[in-house]
Amino acid sequence: MKPPAFAYHDPGTVEEACTLMATLDNARLLAGGQSMMPMLNMRFVMPDHLVDLGCIPALSAIEERPEGLRIGAMTRQRDLEHSAAVRARCPLLADAIQWVGHRQTRNRGTIGGSLCQLDPAAELPAVCAALDAVLTVQSARGVRTMPFQAFPAGYMTPSLEPDELLTAIELPDWPQGHGHGFVEFARRHGDYAVVLAAALLVVDAAGKITRASLTLGGIGPAPVRVAAVEQALVGQVASSALFRQATEACRALEAMEDVHAPASYRQQLAVVMSRRALDAALASIAQGGRATGAAGH
Amino acid sequence: MDSTLSRSISLKINGRAVQATVDVRHTLADFLRHQLELTGTHLGCEHGVCGACTVLVDGRSTRGCLMLAVQANGREVTTVEGIAALDGTLHPLQQAFKDLHGLQCGFCTPGMLTTLVELLGDNPDPTEAEVRVAISGNLCRCTGYQAIVDAALAAAKTMRGTAPAGGVR
Repeated sequence: MKPPAFAYHDPGTVEEACTLMATLDNARLLAGGQSMMPMLNMRFVMPDHLVDLGCIPALSAIEERPEGLRIGAMTRQRDLEHSAAVRARCPLLADAIQWVGHRQTRNRGTIGGSLCQLDPAAELPAVCAALDAVLTVQSARGVRTMPFQAFPAGYMTPSLEPDELLTAIELPDWPQGHGHGFVEFARRHGDYAVVLAAALLVVDAAGKITRASLTLGGIGPAPVRVAAVEQALVGQVASSALFRQATEACRALEAMEDVHAPASYRQQLAVVMSRRALDAALASIAQGGRATGAAGH
Repeated sequence: MDSTLSRSISLKINGRAVQATVDVRHTLADFLRHQLELTGTHLGCEHGVCGACTVLVDGRSTRGCLMLAVQANGREVTTVEGIAALDGTLHPLQQAFKDLHGLQCGFCTPGMLTTLVELLGDNPDPTEAEVRVAISGNLCRCTGYQAIVDAALAAAKTMRGTAPAGGVR
């Protein structure tokens, strides 16, 4: 249970990191290390070079822009948890972060690391899917952006070239007063979810839903946006009864099967978690759309 | 010396300035235990699940097995050895663990204590639920959580100055 031998590099700028990734053979990036270090300790990964992004100050910042938040990929999960800007502008993320790992892992773990690890039941990829996040990726060959929807290439595999690094995540604002709900079923606090759901709602003065976003984690190889439910909700008057009826469609989703739960159990959870997330989103509108600030369990 | 394979680092450990040469592949926990002989930091699972190796890095609870020693360069590290006062007086958390049987075999204790030091620094008056969430990343296999939670709440009370030292609730 000791890391294999590797050469260690700690570039001070993104450009240096890109040059290293372009020139070194069998190099891996180290972000917060809360998944990479276990994989090194267990020798599931055996890189010849480890490029630590922890000494690049430009990668950790939470920037408030007119259209939303721009978050550096190396921003620690703890800093997201304690950010007033995140609470005010992105309450869904503020609620979801409470469910990410434990305080010790949030102190080191980063948003970019979690996205690139891309566990199918992880909270932060689901939040990015729910919000239609835009990702910035850089390499020695240049900078490109992509919608989060295009980011997962498959199970735990981001669509990044070996020399590319994720540098920033843009989370577009939802209108002031929108509803948000994040719920999760896990066996123990801090575990990856069996199934999680993230919901966002905009409701007009007459109570009609004008915009809806529903995302499930732990169902498919990557977070799933449930477009069928979103479309069924828009134009309807928001109510618990509506959510109960609309979320039945989640039972038809193709679901993963593993040692933790069979597919049928996950499909049942998809229905229940979706309904609860939408209920929570509607309730949060009544409370002014604020983050609840606690893992609700 | 090839600086990609071993590095000279300087840091503060329990208030003491330390300079050392470390293999870059060594974890912070192994560096503390094997090079500095600070064996109070325990290694259980070595892949970030059990929490026994938790230390404070710049005041933040951190799993010592999930951080490289080289990454601690320039930082301030507090291990369980650094929690008590210099004259040996136990920290209120240690005293409460002792008084309320917050430990049995003691393997998880260093991680419990360092994690709770951080919690009580952030939140001097936690609820029982908040204490349980705070130590959700620390496994105790003697099933001692109830007494650990009691001790944490008692220590919080002592540290707020609303109970006599000794931590009895």
